[in-house]
Amino acid sequence: MKEHSEVTFRILRFDPTMDHAPAFQDYKLAVKGALTVLEGLFEILENQDGSLGMRYSCRSAVCGSCAMHINGAYRLACETQIRHLNSRVITIRPLAHLPIIKDLVVDMGPFFEKYKRIKPYLEASTSIPDKEFIQSPRKRKRLNEIIDCILCGACYASCTMTLTDPEYLGPAALMKANRFVQDSRDEITRERLAIVNDENGVWRCHTIFNCQIACPKNLNPTHSIAQLKQKVIINRLTGRL
Amino acid sequence: MKYHQVIVVGGGLAGMRAALEAAKLCDTAVISKVHPLRSHSVSAQGGINAPLGNNPEGKDDSVERHSFDTVKGSDFLADQDAVDVFIGSSADRVYEMEHWGVPFSRTEDGRIAQRPFGGAGFPRTCYCADTTGHVMLHCMYERAIRHDIKFYEEWQVICLVNDGGACRGVIAISIITGELEAFMADAVIFGTGGAGRTYGKSTNAIINTGSGMAVAYWAGVPLKDMEFIQFHPTSIIGTNILMTEGARGEGGYLVNNRGERFMKNYTPKFMELAPRDIVARSIQTEINEGRGFENQHVHLDLRHLGKAKIMERLPGIRDICLHFLGIDPIDTPIPIQPAQHYTMGGIDCNINCETVLKGFYAAGECACVSVHGSNRLGGNSLLETIVFGKIAGDFASRYAKGLSATGQGKAAMKKALKEQEEKINRLLASTGSENPAKIRAELKSVMFENVGIFRDTKPMQEAVAKVRELRERYKKISLDFKGRRYNLDLCRNLELEGKIDLAEAIAAGALARTESRGSHFHLGYPKRDDDNWLKHTMATHTKDGPKLSYSTVTITKYKPEERKY
Ligand SMILES: Cc1cc2nc3c(=O)[nH]c(=O)nc-3n(C[C@H](O)[C@H](O)[C@H](O)COP(=O)(O)OP(=O)(O)OC[C@H]3O[C@@H](n4cnc5c(N)ncnc54)[C@H](O)[C@@H]3O)c2cc1C
Ligand code: FES
Repeated sequence: MKEHSEVTFRILRFDPTMDHAPAFQDYKLAVKGALTVLEGLFEILENQDGSLGMRYSCRSAVCGSCAMHINGAYRLACETQIRHLNSRVITIRPLAHLPIIKDLVVDMGPFFEKYKRIKPYLEASTSIPDKEFIQSPRKRKRLNEIIDCILCGACYASCTMTLTDPEYLGPAALMKANRFVQDSRDEITRERLAIVNDENGVWRCHTIFNCQIACPKNLNPTHSIAQLKQKVIINRLTGRL
Repeated sequence: MKYHQVIVVGGGLAGMRAALEAAKLCDTAVISKVHPLRSHSVSAQGGINAPLGNNPEGKDDSVERHSFDTVKGSDFLADQDAVDVFIGSSADRVYEMEHWGVPFSRTEDGRIAQRPFGGAGFPRTCYCADTTGHVMLHCMYERAIRHDIKFYEEWQVICLVNDGGACRGVIAISIITGELEAFMADAVIFGTGGAGRTYGKSTNAIINTGSGMAVAYWAGVPLKDMEFIQFHPTSIIGTNILMTEGARGEGGYLVNNRGERFMKNYTPKFMELAPRDIVARSIQTEINEGRGFENQHVHLDLRHLGKAKIMERLPGIRDICLHFLGIDPIDTPIPIQPAQHYTMGGIDCNINCETVLKGFYAAGECACVSVHGSNRLGGNSLLETIVFGKIAGDFASRYAKGLSATGQGKAAMKKALKEQEEKINRLLASTGSENPAKIRAELKSVMFENVGIFRDTKPMQEAVAKVRELRERYKKISLDFKGRRYNLDLCRNLELEGKIDLAEAIAAGALARTESRGSHFHLGYPKRDDDNWLKHTMATHTKDGPKLSYSTVTITKYKPEERKY
């Protein structure tokens, strides 16, 4: 695409308190050089249509606010360069499988309810040391990547099982469960495995890899789910679960 | 009307730490305009300071040395009694976070790893690769879930209720529905973060508008030392996303267009690891004197660190370069320039986080206990959020618990709610011709250009005049969208009003301070002037703009001396 050109932002608009159904609305935008989708949305908000609903915060791909469906894939609007999309029309929708509050803003409530179900906190209460827990670099390395999850919801929205089974914990919550299972400091591994060893837990995952493809941070929830399945199986075979 | 004994505003590190503490004694709730995990604390990269002595080169580190570095870094404007409390509890707070689950990077023997940072005599910055804020904020939220802290998400606080000197609560707007609600409380704590977005070229999240500071200021609480704005030396060109000081801590070089490591001409002993104010000015000087690239940036060169080290210690930095600049720092130097980064000043409070308004407390970047003085050392502000967050929660909850009658001030709350309702209706009905986006852009630009890295009398006078002009123009704005549901136009422009008033306090304070100290560099007065200016600036809100007054700096152990690196 040329450096100076016009693109159309085709945005899904919906206010459930006013509208019958979501509908696309087009906005024209001049793009000069590097411009991210989020900056494009701001341009619309400030100069074309103050009614646009969207979420944003860090504009640097770390806070997880701005995940949305952009030209066929879930992406963070703030790190997506318009010119890299190589298209004159940029079609934008909110995350799927979550109720729309307005336009690109969805209710993350169900997503965080599931996150809470897996006890998303370190339980280490029996032997707190005076200083830090000792954790070797080798053990610490098991947490690499998993801890980079920004809970943006892209994996959840891309997962076909979260669509068909509203009770399914989903990739983000399961990867979070694995984050604590893999942490040498955590003391309730068996309890965690019991939570995920459920038809709405790891066994609902059909390993379709959508979550891995969707993750804007290049993390691998599918792998975490596989690791959990393996641990559950070993624990059951050895009678510990 | 809703009621909690303690209400915390802000779901960042400071707010959530305060809430965890307050909830030990009192019914506590947190109000935040974004989901807590979207708070700006998530962006912190480099690390958090504590003199743990885990690095072999830091084995002689101590509370004393960390305190001295902090006071010296502050250019002697920090209150030394506050620094004692601050550094005195640093190790405990960092260990506590580790016990709660923060996955710090480790030394070979399994302890918390520590890296060098600017202005520090020893490597004392604990880190998790270059995503320290992210792992800390997530851990804090996890802890809040464990303790079932009540959150009101996407509620923007627009008014703090001052009932004849006692705080009664806050008025907030639900961003989702647009409805107003009165949140009554016996004690209120603000952990509302910094005001970076008053400036153009900022490393801060877009949501860092300083609205908490503005709301406190309007309620009659003075703002302290607002002229001290930190400019970070290394942000990428264009978006000004931060390249952590950890990049220099790991050995990154700063290079000008002649290929020189120019810091040897400014701070030969510390080189790239001098404090931020000095490095930022050195870079700007190189650019101003024609030794930058395209007259706007220099290079941060990491290539010699090698792929393995970059991937292990600075993976986030690399991702940012790949996505936002399209370059890989493993084989290309990073184009960087200084940018606004941190607000040293803020809501005036004492070492117990108490303000002049009874029952109102502040902690974190929105507060000014004064541990950073005129220049904050990298790694000290994450520390501030957890040290003073805990203290604020402790004092606020004990205050609330000790009140003989709780739930006072219904009448004042109702009155405030009505006034705010009227204000919103007026704003929604306005039909003026001014475009608020333009006002916001002009404000940011005049602040960066005229009250920026190098300051002088005339540009600062112009800035004050410009800010006043913008306030007049703000009165004539109209909103594009008149609905209530998720009305960003409304919420952002409510914040714009606050930004304008904060900008005036910053510019007026800077203009008055005829010396150079820390981040405030005045070309007309290039020396520090302790005889006249070893004092804190207090700005009190009046309808004619800020009224300035001054208060003394607490000096205990360390007598002011020339700051040399
Ligand atoms: C890019 C970057 C990197 C940094 N790296 C480091 C580092 O490595 N080490 C270090 O020590 N420091 C670092 N800092 C500084 C540090 O991150 C911040 O000072 C600190 O995180 C501030 O935390 P806080 O809790 O005070 O505020 P924040 O995390 O900013 O939280 C503010 C909260 O207040 C809420 N809020 C604000 N206004 C309102 C309102 N009106 N109504 C309702 N809610 C409101 C927000 O929603 C948010 O939840 C960095 C800063 C930046 C910009
Ligand atoms: S705005 Fe934070 S991830 Fe995009």
